[in-house]
Amino acid sequence: MRRFTRDHLTAVLMLLPSLIFLAIFVYGFIGQTVYFSLTDWGRDPAQALAVRPERAFVGFDNYVRLFTGLLESRFRQDLVNLVFFTVFFIGGSLGLGLALAMLLDRGVAGEAFFRTVFLYPFALSFVVTGTVWRWMLQPQGGVNLLPTYLGLPPGEFEWITSRQQVWRFDWNLVPSITALLVAAVLLAIGWRAWRDLRRGRAVSFLTVGIALGAWALAGGPGVELLPFPERHGFNLALIGIVVAAVWQMSGYTMALYLASLRGIPEELREAARVDGASGFQVYRHVVFPLLGPITLSAMIILGHISLKIFDLVWSMAGPDLATTSVPALLMYIRAFRANQFADGAAIAVVLLLIVATVIVPYLWTSLRGEVRR
Amino acid sequence: MSAALRRLRWSPRWLTYLVLLLAAFFFLGPVYLVVVTALKEPAAIRLSTAWHLPETWHWQSFAVAWDAFALGLRNSLVLAVTATVISALLGSLNGYVLSKWRFPGANIVFPLMLFGMFIPYQSVLIPLFTFLRDIGLYGGLGGLILTHVVYGLPITTLIFRNFYAEIPDEMLEAGKIDGAGFFGLYARIVFPLSISGFVVVIIWQFTQIWNEFLFAVTLTRRSSAPITVALAQLAGGEAVRWNLPMAGAILAAVPTLIIYIILGRYFIKGLLAGSVKG
Repeated sequence: MRRFTRDHLTAVLMLLPSLIFLAIFVYGFIGQTVYFSLTDWGRDPAQALAVRPERAFVGFDNYVRLFTGLLESRFRQDLVNLVFFTVFFIGGSLGLGLALAMLLDRGVAGEAFFRTVFLYPFALSFVVTGTVWRWMLQPQGGVNLLPTYLGLPPGEFEWITSRQQVWRFDWNLVPSITALLVAAVLLAIGWRAWRDLRRGRAVSFLTVGIALGAWALAGGPGVELLPFPERHGFNLALIGIVVAAVWQMSGYTMALYLASLRGIPEELREAARVDGASGFQVYRHVVFPLLGPITLSAMIILGHISLKIFDLVWSMAGPDLATTSVPALLMYIRAFRANQFADGAAIAVVLLLIVATVIVPYLWTSLRGEVRR
Repeated sequence: MSAALRRLRWSPRWLTYLVLLLAAFFFLGPVYLVVVTALKEPAAIRLSTAWHLPETWHWQSFAVAWDAFALGLRNSLVLAVTATVISALLGSLNGYVLSKWRFPGANIVFPLMLFGMFIPYQSVLIPLFTFLRDIGLYGGLGGLILTHVVYGLPITTLIFRNFYAEIPDEMLEAGKIDGAGFFGLYARIVFPLSISGFVVVIIWQFTQIWNEFLFAVTLTRRSSAPITVALAQLAGGEAVRWNLPMAGAILAAVPTLIIYIILGRYFIKGLLAGSVKG
């Protein structure tokens, strides 16, 4: 079997066309995008749409402008929007999905009905969801009218058109904030390693974590991205988009959680109850720890959807509303509306790097386990 | 703790159903609002009476929406069917190779293929656009079909690879002793066992491609735009009355909803397969 036969050659030849196409369409195109992002393609409108455009190499200029240029504050606010959107979208979908799965897991009449109802939005296009929720969230109608049916005054919130911004911070603090977050993660990993008695590993993580944290608290504020403070924050207009996204995806997390809850042997919970654990304690000490892996998978998939979110924002708020914009949308506008291809490519590369930091370790760990098996 | 609260604690069943019904309202409320809005006369649509039933049932909205969206629906159907069939067949072959004909380097090739499923497509969009333009496929359905086939390969390969891992190698060994080669084994043993694998993959790919927007809006001209693009453009215009986008949203949603309701079992399998380990 292990001998490389003629049939093995046929097999490789059958796989080859797919490999070549993926090599070009994934890795070749990513390479080209990276190259475009290092040029000035699009700054001269005459060259932008030329069949053989003249592109001059400008190094990291486009990236420097995106993060520190005077005119690029929309990109920076888009990144901030993306972070807030991701946190609330993942949190909301996991929370609601888990709650619904736990309710259904108790064995209720009409379970199949509820399951179908909770999951059907997942079959819809984000464009359909966006169109529908755009109507639901009209300030004088839809959701805002619901309180009146309970005898309360109508809702006042303007949803997508809201211009309010909360939790504002100076963009110049971003390096320090990032360093603090990374330091916190490193310290957490180091602390767990210490607890598991892997002292060498623990010491290195803790040292780097403390150093980074100390830099952020002491030297970090000295770093200036912009010569003046630039305020960014959480745009409340995003709440409506988060609601629609959670509406669409929480059925999916419910399905994932329900499948793994059903996979937990009843004897395990029974044993905990015999040991005198209350209903809450059974969940706290038996069920939740077993949901860890599926939660991680769900977070990766949701995070990945969130980082790419584009169609939902477009169909709910339109492509031009800056308060709800995200980098994926800005990339499209820059490249295909304004023909600023180099800027668009740079934004795309930033997005790719963010996604890759999440996906590569995930693929690595899940496939490494498989190969060992 | 008040008496009322204590009573709530003593009737958890009651509370379970109350919460479930509230959740059901959250999920179904939009459907109700969409349907009643689509069935109202354009002049009768007012924000303040959004939740009311229509006074006269105005079915013409669907006729108008059909006229507006027939082309988009046709484009989406051609696109989704063609790209789904091709990517499913290729995925099946790839999965067969990767699970049953393991070759040196397969452990490196497979993750590299899978990565293509996770990239943000913005990061390939500009070269894709220039590439399709240069080979003359920009603007039409052909280029979009090619795009969806290629970027569909990772997920279809993954699902089939996991699916074929369940077929015992001994079955293939038996076939080999009977003198069957690569294609003989596929045609006589593997393919006939793949029907439910194909159902999962076809459902997954069809709904993904039908619902997709980014490639569609970037790579097609108006005459070959799929339904999602047509809907987004209509809904984005301010002059349009709300009955039309709502009727259009229903038309765009019906095909994938029907698949979901009839084949829901396989649908869930497909989305569980979406996480890397099958």
